[in-house]
Amino acid sequence: MIALLKRNEAVWLFVHSPAAIIAAVVAIAIILGAAFAPWVALVDPYDLSSFSLFDGLLPPVWEDGANPKYLLGTDDQGRDMISSILYGARLSLFIGLAAMTIATVLGVSLGLAAGYYGGRFDAIVMRIADVQLALPAILTALLIDGIARGLLPADIQQELRVWVLTLAIALSLWVNFARTARASTLVQMNKDYVQAAIMMGQRPIRIMFVHIFPNILGPLLVIMTVDLASAILLEATLSFLGIGLPADSPSLGTLIRIGMQFLLSGEWWILWIPTLFLVALVVSINVLGDFLRDVFNPRLR
Amino acid sequence: MLTIKDLSVKFPSRFGDVTAIEDVDLKIRPGEIHGLVGESGAGKSTVGAAVIGLISTPGYIAKGEITLGDTDLRALTPEQAHAVRGDRISMIFQDPQTSLNPLMTVEDQLIETIQTHSAVSYAEAQNRAVDLLEEIGIKNAAERIKSYPHQFSGGMRQRVVIALALCTDPELIIADEPTTALDVAVQQQVLDLLRDLADRRNIAFLLITHDIGVIAQIADRVTVMRNGKTLESGETAQVLGHPQHPYTVALMDAVPPLDHKIPRFRLPVEDDIAVQSKTKGADAKAWLLAGEQTAPTGLSVNNLTMRFRGTRTSLWQKPDSFTALDDVSFTVRPGTIMGLVGESGSGKSTLARVLTGLLHPSAGEMTLGDANLPPAKQRSRHHPSRRLMQMVFQDPYSSLNARHKIGAILAEPLWLYGLVNDAKQRRALAMAMLDLVGMPADSIDKYPHQFSGGQRQRIAVARAILARPKFLICDEPTSALDVSIQAQVLNLLKDLQATFGLTILFITHNMSVARQMADDMIVLRNGKIEETGPSEALFSKPAAPYTRTLLKLTPKMPPEWRTA
Repeated sequence: MIALLKRNEAVWLFVHSPAAIIAAVVAIAIILGAAFAPWVALVDPYDLSSFSLFDGLLPPVWEDGANPKYLLGTDDQGRDMISSILYGARLSLFIGLAAMTIATVLGVSLGLAAGYYGGRFDAIVMRIADVQLALPAILTALLIDGIARGLLPADIQQELRVWVLTLAIALSLWVNFARTARASTLVQMNKDYVQAAIMMGQRPIRIMFVHIFPNILGPLLVIMTVDLASAILLEATLSFLGIGLPADSPSLGTLIRIGMQFLLSGEWWILWIPTLFLVALVVSINVLGDFLRDVFNPRLR
Repeated sequence: MLTIKDLSVKFPSRFGDVTAIEDVDLKIRPGEIHGLVGESGAGKSTVGAAVIGLISTPGYIAKGEITLGDTDLRALTPEQAHAVRGDRISMIFQDPQTSLNPLMTVEDQLIETIQTHSAVSYAEAQNRAVDLLEEIGIKNAAERIKSYPHQFSGGMRQRVVIALALCTDPELIIADEPTTALDVAVQQQVLDLLRDLADRRNIAFLLITHDIGVIAQIADRVTVMRNGKTLESGETAQVLGHPQHPYTVALMDAVPPLDHKIPRFRLPVEDDIAVQSKTKGADAKAWLLAGEQTAPTGLSVNNLTMRFRGTRTSLWQKPDSFTALDDVSFTVRPGTIMGLVGESGSGKSTLARVLTGLLHPSAGEMTLGDANLPPAKQRSRHHPSRRLMQMVFQDPYSSLNARHKIGAILAEPLWLYGLVNDAKQRRALAMAMLDLVGMPADSIDKYPHQFSGGQRQRIAVARAILARPKFLICDEPTSALDVSIQAQVLNLLKDLQATFGLTILFITHNMSVARQMADDMIVLRNGKIEETGPSEALFSKPAAPYTRTLLKLTPKMPPEWRTA
């Protein structure tokens, strides 16, 4: 009865929250556009033959001298801005989602085990988490990036860039999941159903994942959305600083870095349009995260 | 003095207004303790909240009158209502842990309240605070008043709460379950204090409680509520002794008597909860009776001691340990129910946790049937006792996994112990078992939150029984339930025990419940056994002074009230 109501209640709250609706529409539009970029986009920014230098530096349609074919203008190479952004968002979202998934699996497993076993294991995991928290996320990512550059041969490096970046971001985000999972697990450990399961002699793995895990899902879902936004921002930051993805496979951060050069020469759209797009994506994901938190935590309402 | 007429309170919701109480009439005279009794959800607390003007938003009073003396409480402006609250009407809450501010001394809290309502100097307020504490029976009041709430025991804290309510010399005090969180000895003191205040200061009390024993003991008049309506009202002896309304009759039948053992509770209205089907879970019964399940199994415990490490307060000193169980030895005869009673902190639950292997004892031996029962650290996950010994917990809201369906919860023991290896058979058996414990078979695809507390406790019992245990530990299985539901669950446990020859360790703080269930008894206090022996002998001729005290303090009803 309560779950049914709650499910209805989530829908009800959603319908009555304009911010959540707008955020959902924006996020879904961006995600769909990015996922179907090869079919939606005008040109393929990776394929040099699909665009022409003669179309270079065209402004958005509402400015003088625009070509209505390119709604938001083109960059110096003649690439359609919309196409670049959609392809860029595709990469950004992929890295963000992959990093979040790795961080979730790693963090939740460690957090659950730490909360369940307690004692020395808990202490070790949580001290590692503390150390991780003391390092800024960018520093961790830089460190892993540096290690990968040193260890991997140059030809594989280019291929694995995306994965190195993903791993670097995941490793700086897992602490959130581990801490939340541990704290929620500790609460559940005192509940009789867990005590009953231990008493009956069930396997610890089963108690952790079949019994406790579904009960701590609420707070984890909230963190997942918030951390997806962080992961996307982190990737943009790293790419902006030039240690992320190279210019030939641009993510949103790379686009913004490239756009920087044109800021003072009058071609403002090359910087501003990808930036606004990134802001819209991150804000909408964060608003959805806040909404989820309200749904799962009635006390904050 | 307080008159409530045709009072209705509604709560708007997305599905239209929900009526919390409807057409409630109530009259309380000065110096009268008026008991308001009913099961959870009956609307008792809403009546109290309406009188004091603190109905939680978005609830509102739909109609009716509330007058205190000559004042129409509904006509007051918010400021006037605020002045009446605390000044003429005070409130005592259930939990003294949370109704006092832990960061302020008792003195500050009392003085703050006194000065809010009357313009007196600090010194005068201080004197009054000390006098108040003395009046409610706190010794060395002048010294103790400087303490913080946590430095008082539970009963003393509730006295402080009462002192706070008395600060302004109110005409009416609303006491919402004032003794529910307290042990019987402390409960008795608090009730005596309330009676004394009503007589001496002529204060009227609205005593809201679900405990009929409490009402029987101190209330002058009583009103019985159910589903937001008042069913019966009048002199306590009249209403409880000669109940007219069928619900009141049923309620009185469900109250476990302390002075004699009844074989089974009479339940004329097994209405909404128990579904009696024709088969009565015959399949489950046959399955449970089959197999090696024949001879009952006893349990014996020798010199069991459990010490907990204290909190370290110094880097060099070893912390003092706390002894929760001190050299406890007893034997549960095969096929009988052993009652274990004691106040909170006496070590009852610790004993259950040591037996079930959740806590490792410091010393002592346990034997289940003929086999040694290894302590927690040596008991493997596959030890046979994991199946033979099952437990029913106190709180049915936390003992069932909220994210699992009933079917999965019930199938777990069958699957875990390899009793039934086919998923379809497990499901069929789980359904038959639901039938056996009086639940509809379609419950199997629902989640625990879709059931009431009593229904959940039935499911918890079903889960325990499905493991084909020989020994069942029930840790306060009914203390979270209403009295009529309690009677149903106790009946169920008795039936199952008789059918399957179970041996039960029945833990409770309630002497009356223990009397109804137990063949033998243990009285535990501070981890030590005070008295043990056959239940009838212990209740009729208690040997230990502590047992006598417990029996004397348990609220009971005059024998002539018995309708049976």
